Amino acid sequence: MELRKPPPVRRLTGNEWAAPGAAPRPAPPPAPAPVTSNGNGHHPATSFVGPARAPAHTSIAIDRMQVENLSVSYGDKPAVKSVSLPIRQGEVLALIGPSGCGKTTLLRTLNRLTELTRGASFSGRIALDGVDIASMEATSLRRRVTMVFQQPNPFPMSVFDNVAYVLREQASRRPRKAAVRGAVNDALARAGLLDEVADDLDHPALRLSGGQQQRLCIARALAADPEVLLLDEPCSALDPVSTRLIEELIIKLREDVAVVIVTHNLQQAYRVADYVAFMYLGELVEYGSAHKMFGSPSQQRTKEYVGGAFG
Amino acid sequence: MSATHVTGAVRSRANTGSSYRLTDRIGLGLAWLLGLLFCAIAAAIVVYFLIEGIRHLRPSLLVTNPQAGVTESQTGGFLDPLLGTFIIALMSMAIALPFGVGIAVWLSEFGRPKTLARVAESAVEMMAGEPAVVLALFGLALFESHLLGFLSQSTHGVVLGQSFFAAAALLSLVGLPMVVANVREGLQAIPSHVREASYALGKTKIATVRRVLLPAARPSVITGTMLGVGRVIGDTAIVLLLLGGTLTFQSANSVPVLGLLRGTGDTLTGYIYYNAPTGDGNQQDKAYAAAFVLMLMVLALNVGVDIVVNRSRKAVRWS
Amino acid sequence: MDEDDFLEQSHGISQDQRAELGLGALVFVVVGLLLAMLGFVLHEAWPSFAHNGIGWFGPGGSLDQQIQAIINSGELKEAPVYTFHAWPLIWSTILITAGAVAIAFPASLFIAVFIVEFAPQWLRRTLEPVVRLLASVPSVIYGLAGVLVIVPFIGNHLITQGEKASVTPIIELTGASLLAAVLILTVMIAPIMIAVFVDGLRSVPRGWLEGSLALGVNRWRTFWKVGVRTVRPVLVAGTVLATARALGEAIMLSMVSGSVPFSPNPIDGLIFLFEPSQPLAATIIHNTEALNSPPMKATLYAIGFVLLFSAAMLSLIGWVVKRPMRKYGASYGVVL
Repeated sequence: MELRKPPPVRRLTGNEWAAPGAAPRPAPPPAPAPVTSNGNGHHPATSFVGPARAPAHTSIAIDRMQVENLSVSYGDKPAVKSVSLPIRQGEVLALIGPSGCGKTTLLRTLNRLTELTRGASFSGRIALDGVDIASMEATSLRRRVTMVFQQPNPFPMSVFDNVAYVLREQASRRPRKAAVRGAVNDALARAGLLDEVADDLDHPALRLSGGQQQRLCIARALAADPEVLLLDEPCSALDPVSTRLIEELIIKLREDVAVVIVTHNLQQAYRVADYVAFMYLGELVEYGSAHKMFGSPSQQRTKEYVGGAFG
Repeated sequence: MSATHVTGAVRSRANTGSSYRLTDRIGLGLAWLLGLLFCAIAAAIVVYFLIEGIRHLRPSLLVTNPQAGVTESQTGGFLDPLLGTFIIALMSMAIALPFGVGIAVWLSEFGRPKTLARVAESAVEMMAGEPAVVLALFGLALFESHLLGFLSQSTHGVVLGQSFFAAAALLSLVGLPMVVANVREGLQAIPSHVREASYALGKTKIATVRRVLLPAARPSVITGTMLGVGRVIGDTAIVLLLLGGTLTFQSANSVPVLGLLRGTGDTLTGYIYYNAPTGDGNQQDKAYAAAFVLMLMVLALNVGVDIVVNRSRKAVRWS
Repeated sequence: MDEDDFLEQSHGISQDQRAELGLGALVFVVVGLLLAMLGFVLHEAWPSFAHNGIGWFGPGGSLDQQIQAIINSGELKEAPVYTFHAWPLIWSTILITAGAVAIAFPASLFIAVFIVEFAPQWLRRTLEPVVRLLASVPSVIYGLAGVLVIVPFIGNHLITQGEKASVTPIIELTGASLLAAVLILTVMIAPIMIAVFVDGLRSVPRGWLEGSLALGVNRWRTFWKVGVRTVRPVLVAGTVLATARALGEAIMLSMVSGSVPFSPNPIDGLIFLFEPSQPLAATIIHNTEALNSPPMKATLYAIGFVLLFSAAMLSLIGWVVKRPMRKYGASYGVVL
């Protein structure tokens, strides 16, 4: 069967983000860069440079989390079967796969949200900076590994209170407004929302547009100063313009946090990811650099999925 | 870039202590404590009336009438008050049901002009919040007037103003808000595409209501009625002022049913009030027995409401 | 299918219009009744207010004597006496209502939070029907339990002989007291509040709670800061409902609060809790036999009007308090 190439999509480079007002330049076609790899697509932790992308400020990708042989079942039904992955700061990891393949379950297990579901059982190990997350308190873990959901869910408070929420609840005594203002502005700036809301931080969060609300949720997640940011299909409920803004944001954020994004939109993964993990029916079929996975995947099933044969 | 950004190692955090602060623990503990305390109090109330009721309730009480007497064994049962409870429940809901459904339909499906709708909503809400004593006073003023004198007895030209009619009329105001609230909720829960389908077939609004919406909202009508009955049979103030408090039925004249309804009587609640230590009768045992019967009625109504709600939840799927 | 199910013009008024007019008439009747109630009660009450002016609400004189004088003047067909200073009744109402709501509100809130979020499944399934059952128990039954259990308990076990002796000339401490009234009223209104609060808390969108948990905030805090904060209008609505109930409660209070129009004095110390009193609504119940005496009738209607007005005012206050709370919330379909 003739394998269709993925549709030509303009790749975002870091340069465009640097000049927000400028007209977007068409990017040069990605030049295949030589990457050292072994058979399963694993790369050594150091000296990774993505293809045709502005070099990261830190050229070292730091290991943040390690997933080892993780299996998750709801009752008798296995959702994730023996998955192993690294998650590194400096990279965007995209989890792709058709519906029901377990990518969302995997994501939610990274911050132990699946524990809240009745009947969920786990085996395997997930380590955050070397420490098994099962041995930490769930709430401490979730401050270091924060999540943004598919449906924007800002709290029914002002913009300021939303972003300051984590800071206020973290401290042993409720900090004064002046004390957190700096951190709030900081988080909003990192989320690219500060310009739009700076004149009225008391604006009710629920009156923002969908895209703004989602960026607010990202700001809120960043205010916790996490080490890992998990994004569960963050743009699926948004319009293309907001989607683009958030994708640019994600690329910029990867310097500071490890980003894991679940998406069913292959084009989005193509635009945004440095590494891709393809899951099917709970198993990790293939893991590799974005360039390899979209260009020349080694597994047949990956080829089929990426080529659009099924979804 | 964040000023607190640190490359590499684990970021140090100011508070790595337990995530549950002391106030959180106290709050959670308090919630548990109060929850269990509430269980205990509820259990105590139920058990208390259960025990005392079983001790003092004899079947003969249900079928004999109150009689004049000195000791407990002579004063008979509470048949008439029991019947009285049924009568006022029936009469008051016979008024409250059509009124309540009509008002609920108007509020939900018509509701113009907007100001009238808001006034009506507030009126029903205020009616629900009014003390029963005040409703009773109003009823007295209303039924003592010569205009409505025909609904109760009159002696020497002075209208008594106390009868089943009077009590039932005011009690219907007590049951009305329940019916309105429930039926309205039931109608609003029906999605608009059902109405649109009916209109698209050329049916009028009122026909849609009669043939599509109300049948679909039937569980709400039933629960509203049952809850209304619950409130009506539990009322004492209106009964005290408007029913005359005669322990047996005292018909106004010899016409079979109408005479009874124009006359005075009592209900279980009035009977209990009378026989409580603070009342004139002061027969505790009778009071316990009657209280037990009343509690059973209330319990039965609540269980009935639960059953209707559960069945309707399983039955209707609006897709 | 009937023919009149379909659109039909008859004499220029369509079937729908007729229905609208008919149903609207029902609405007018009910609204009219409410207004008539306000009017009638005020009309009957007017002589009492007119004679006493603002002093009607104030203190002054022995209420027992005043009531007796009023009744006598009516029965003996003398010139009507209306002198009435209701302050002890008002004070009693305030104390009992405020006391019951002050205890019931936080307790009900914690219990509602417990039921919705922290109670184990089996406990939750028993508690909810129990709450609804308790909310529908008639007040006379609460009164019965009060007068047969609580009042004797307080009278025999909590009040010492010394305390009883210390007040003998003025009042008698029987156990029918402020404490009994507040306790039983609290138990009476708590289920109402709990039921309303539980409904409100249930309807908080789970997405918000999940979002808070995913930020590392513990369950208690999440529920409190996001859930409870969101349903503040529901808290107000439930409190208004319960307060109106407490205000208008006549039967139960007439049985347990002591039938003496006495003003409990906080300065008395602990005895304050044991002092009898008589709230407004209970006063009406106590004097129903005297309704034949026109001046007494006017006085009782005046009390009734005060209650009527207070209940209406409560709804208004609730509405006013709820308005600023809407600023940050969404209209996500919760009936607030």
